[in-house]
Amino acid sequence: MKVIEAHDLTKRFGNFTAVDAITFEVEKGEIFGFLGANGAGKTTAMRMLCGLSKPTSGIGKVAGFDIQKDPENIKKNIGYMSQKFALYEDLKVWENLRLFGGIYGVPAKEINPRIDSLLHTLGFTAEKNTMVKSLPLGWKQKLAFSAAIFHEPRIVFLDEPTGGVDPAARRQFWELIYDAADRGITVFVTTHYMDEAEYCDRVSIMVDGRIDALDSPTNLKEKYNVRSMDEVFFQLARGAKAKE
Amino acid sequence: MLRYLIEKEFKQIKRNVFIPRLIIIMPLFAMIIFPYAANFDVKNIDLSIIDHDKSSYSQLLIQKVQSSGYFRISNVSGTHDEAMKSIEADESDVILEIPLNFERDLIKEQKADLMVSANAVNGNKGGLGSAYLANIIADYNNEVRVKLMHNVSKVSIPSMELVPLYRYNPTLKYEVFMVPALLVMILAMITGFLPALNIVGEKQSGTIEQMNVTPVKKWTFILSKLIPYWVIGYVVVTIAMGIALFYWNLKPSGSLWTIYIFASLFIVAFSGFGLVISNYATTVQQAILMMFFFMLTFIFLSGLYTPVENMPQWAQLISNISPLKYIMQVFRLVYLKGSSFNELHKQFFALISFAVVFYTWAILSYKKTG
Repeated sequence: MKVIEAHDLTKRFGNFTAVDAITFEVEKGEIFGFLGANGAGKTTAMRMLCGLSKPTSGIGKVAGFDIQKDPENIKKNIGYMSQKFALYEDLKVWENLRLFGGIYGVPAKEINPRIDSLLHTLGFTAEKNTMVKSLPLGWKQKLAFSAAIFHEPRIVFLDEPTGGVDPAARRQFWELIYDAADRGITVFVTTHYMDEAEYCDRVSIMVDGRIDALDSPTNLKEKYNVRSMDEVFFQLARGAKAKE
Repeated sequence: MLRYLIEKEFKQIKRNVFIPRLIIIMPLFAMIIFPYAANFDVKNIDLSIIDHDKSSYSQLLIQKVQSSGYFRISNVSGTHDEAMKSIEADESDVILEIPLNFERDLIKEQKADLMVSANAVNGNKGGLGSAYLANIIADYNNEVRVKLMHNVSKVSIPSMELVPLYRYNPTLKYEVFMVPALLVMILAMITGFLPALNIVGEKQSGTIEQMNVTPVKKWTFILSKLIPYWVIGYVVVTIAMGIALFYWNLKPSGSLWTIYIFASLFIVAFSGFGLVISNYATTVQQAILMMFFFMLTFIFLSGLYTPVENMPQWAQLISNISPLKYIMQVFRLVYLKGSSFNELHKQFFALISFAVVFYTWAILSYKKTG
C-alpha cells in the first residue's frame, strides 16, 4: 500500500524553482531516505507533503488525502519534526508531550501512562520535570521525535533530525527510528549524512530540485559501481555542477 | 483540544519573567502616577510683575493676584526689558505691567490701564494664565470702584454673580474625569501589546511550525490565545479600580456588572486586534512598531485628552474606528454619571462589532499553510 504519492510535484518561488516536478511513491512501513545537498529542495518538498506549503503544481497524496484539497486530514495522520527544534522551551518535558498528545486527540486517560512508558523506554524518566530549554541538543532531538510519534501517526516526517550532534547520538536516534518503523510507522527522513542513507530501505537523491536517483542503497551502489553511498552522492553532485 | 492549548498559554505566561510583574505593577504605577501628569488644572503660572507705580493700590492688586493660588510671582522687576528677559529665560509665563501713576489715574479719572503679556510657547498656560489674570483684575476693579464710590456717595453698585452647578463632577476635579479614562488606557496597553507579541513570538522561535502541522483548528488556536488575555484584562481592571477607590477615592456610580461586561467586550476586541497584528508581523520588532502606531492613533482619537467633538469632521469620522473611544465613554459615564446598561446601547453594539470583526479577522489572518 502506498502512503505517499507525488506526481510532478513542483514549487516555485518567483523565478526560482525549488522543487522541479518530482515523482515518487513511498510504501507503508518503509524507511524512506530523502537525500540531497543543502538547498536541493528537500525541506520544501517535505513541507508540501506535510501541508505546510502549497504546491505550485502537481499532485501529492499523503495517507490517501490530497495535499491541495485536504491538508487538515493529512495532519491528523502524520507526525513532523522540523529541522529547527520546535518544541516549547519554556515547558517541561512531560508538558510538551501532554500538549501535543492532547492536540492530536490522544484520550485524556491515556496521556499520562503513555508519557511515563515513553520516558521509561527512552531512559529519560529522571528528566520528566526538566524544562526543555535546559536539555542538551541530542536529547532535544529525541524528545522532538517522541513528540512527533506520540499520537502513533501513520507516517512521520523528519527533516534533518540529527543535524549537529555526535555520531553516537545519531546512532541512538536511528535506533528510535527503527523502533517506530517496527511498529508500522512509515518514516520519511531527509538527511545529508550518507552513512545514514545506508540505514534506509530506499533513498531518493535530489539535485537542483529534481530527483536524480531512487532505489535501495545496495542497488544504487551497484548501478554507479561504487562502494559507498558517499561516492554515489559525489557522482550525482558532479553531474549537477557540469550542467551549471 | 482547547483545554491543552489554554493550559499551555497560562504556563508560559506564568513562567515568563516579565508578564506577571507587568500586569500587577503597570496598573499600580500608572493609576497612581498618570493622573498627576494628566492634570489640566493650570496652576503655578510664573508671573513677572513690573510695578512702576509702587503705590498702595498696586500693592493691593499684587496681593490679590498672589492670594488667588494660580500664580507664582517669579520676580518683580523694575523694567519691561527685565521682565521680557525672564520670559526668554523661561522663568515666567505671564507679565503684568502696572504703569506709573496707576493709583492717581484710578482715583482721579476712575480709569487706569494695565498691560498683560503672555508667553504662548505653552499656549495652554499662557492663555489660561492671562484669562485668570483678567478675571482677578476685573474682580479687583469692582472692589476698588465700590470703595471709591462709597467715598463719594452711598449708592450701591448692582452686581451680578454667576453660580454654575456642575452636574456629575460638582467640584470639577480633573481626576474624576481622567482616572476612569486612564484605567481604560492601561487596559488597552496590556491587552493590546501582549497578544501582539504572542503569535509572532512563536513564529520567531519556530514553535508555530510544530503547531501548524497538527490538525488544530484555526478558531481553537486563536481562542486559546485570546482567553488568557481575558483573564489578564480582568486582573488589570480590578487592580486599577482598586487604586481608583483606595487612592483616588473614586468608585463607579453605576454598577460593576456594566463595567465588567463592557470590559469583556473590549478585551476580546482589542486582544483580537493585537493577534491580527501578530499574524501579519514577521518579527517581534515589526509587531511592536505596528502596535505602537495604532495605539497612539487610537488613544488620540479616543477623547482621552481632548473631546472628540473638538476635532475636525474628518478626524471625528476616523475616531469611530477607535474601540478605545467607546470603552472610554462607557467608563466615564458609568463612573461619573452612573449610566446603566440601557443607556449605553450605542457603545454596546459598537464594541460587540469590534469584537466580532477582530476575532474573525484574527482567525482568517492566521495561516497554517504558507
